[in-house]
Amino acid sequence: MKHKIIFTSLFSTAILMASTWATANDNPGGIGGVHSLRGDAELEQTRPADPLKKVSRQVSKLDNNFVGQPPMIPHHIRNYEISMNANKCLSCHSWKQAKESGAVKISVTHYQNRSDQILSDVSPRRYFCVQCHVPQVDAKPLIKNDFKEVESLRPNSND
Amino acid sequence: MALLKSFFKRLTSPSKAALGIVLFMGFIGGLLFWGAFNTGMEATNTEEFCSGCHAPIVLEIQETIHYSNRSGVRAICSDCHVPHNWTDKIVRKVQASKELVAFAMGTISTTEKFQARRAHLAEREWKRMKDNNSQECRNCHEFAFMDFSEQAPRSVKQHSTALASGDKTCVDCHKGIAHKLPDMKNVENWQ
Repeated sequence: MKHKIIFTSLFSTAILMASTWATANDNPGGIGGVHSLRGDAELEQTRPADPLKKVSRQVSKLDNNFVGQPPMIPHHIRNYEISMNANKCLSCHSWKQAKESGAVKISVTHYQNRSDQILSDVSPRRYFCVQCHVPQVDAKPLIKNDFKEVESLRPNSND
Repeated sequence: MALLKSFFKRLTSPSKAALGIVLFMGFIGGLLFWGAFNTGMEATNTEEFCSGCHAPIVLEIQETIHYSNRSGVRAICSDCHVPHNWTDKIVRKVQASKELVAFAMGTISTTEKFQARRAHLAEREWKRMKDNNSQECRNCHEFAFMDFSEQAPRSVKQHSTALASGDKTCVDCHKGIAHKLPDMKNVENWQ
């Protein structure tokens, strides 16, 4: 009888310890020593969201940083519909409309399929403009960045 | 017949009530009639009334600037689709009685039916806006008070030329600003 009591108490203590150890390892809590540029937040907590960044209203051409970069959109595109029915971007930037609207024409590559064959209209794979082209929000870089565009894209005034 | 005759006699013979009372009753009656008429007409201008048939559209406007914006000013259906000027409004309301037939027949009673008919509905509304020089836009967006220095360069370019000369009207460019668009393949100046 006495043995049984000792055994049971030992056994239950062991289980208790094991379970505490397991929980401690499953969920160590804290930030695990990782600091984020966007602020340190405990894993269990949801940090308040940052205010939304705004698309700058003033239109000025945004320079390309590397060759082959899809040019940025230097204007607002709120509620510009790009759907099966309509493409608001193409209503100015398509080759058909660009002359009258005075907008930049889309690249000829947008009239080619993936085998570089020329098509009679915008290629379906290029139809969804904002897959590659996006407006720039007014956001400061989080850390200093020494990136420089390649020589061929650098304006002359820099030299 | 006798009933009709006595009723007619009552209409033609002078009233026994004093002239003042008769005038007063006429005045009150007119007031009640006008109030009821106007309230009834205003009731057909509410969003709830419109959404009775055009429910998908009332949903679509919610993400556009005419519903949700920084200053909380908003337009409801009738602000753009019913003329504000009284006589034009009555004309449009009488025309709209035709749409009751469409309601009875269930022409756009489901979303699928509505989508199929969307191009037709849009074309009609674009034509109406073009014919009245986008009057319902101009009820709020008055060209004379536009400050080009506050507008973005793209807007200035269009507004100071084509719009200023009367060559184009608002709806020529601003289509689908509060709705999703129908198939625009054959619409002028699109794609």
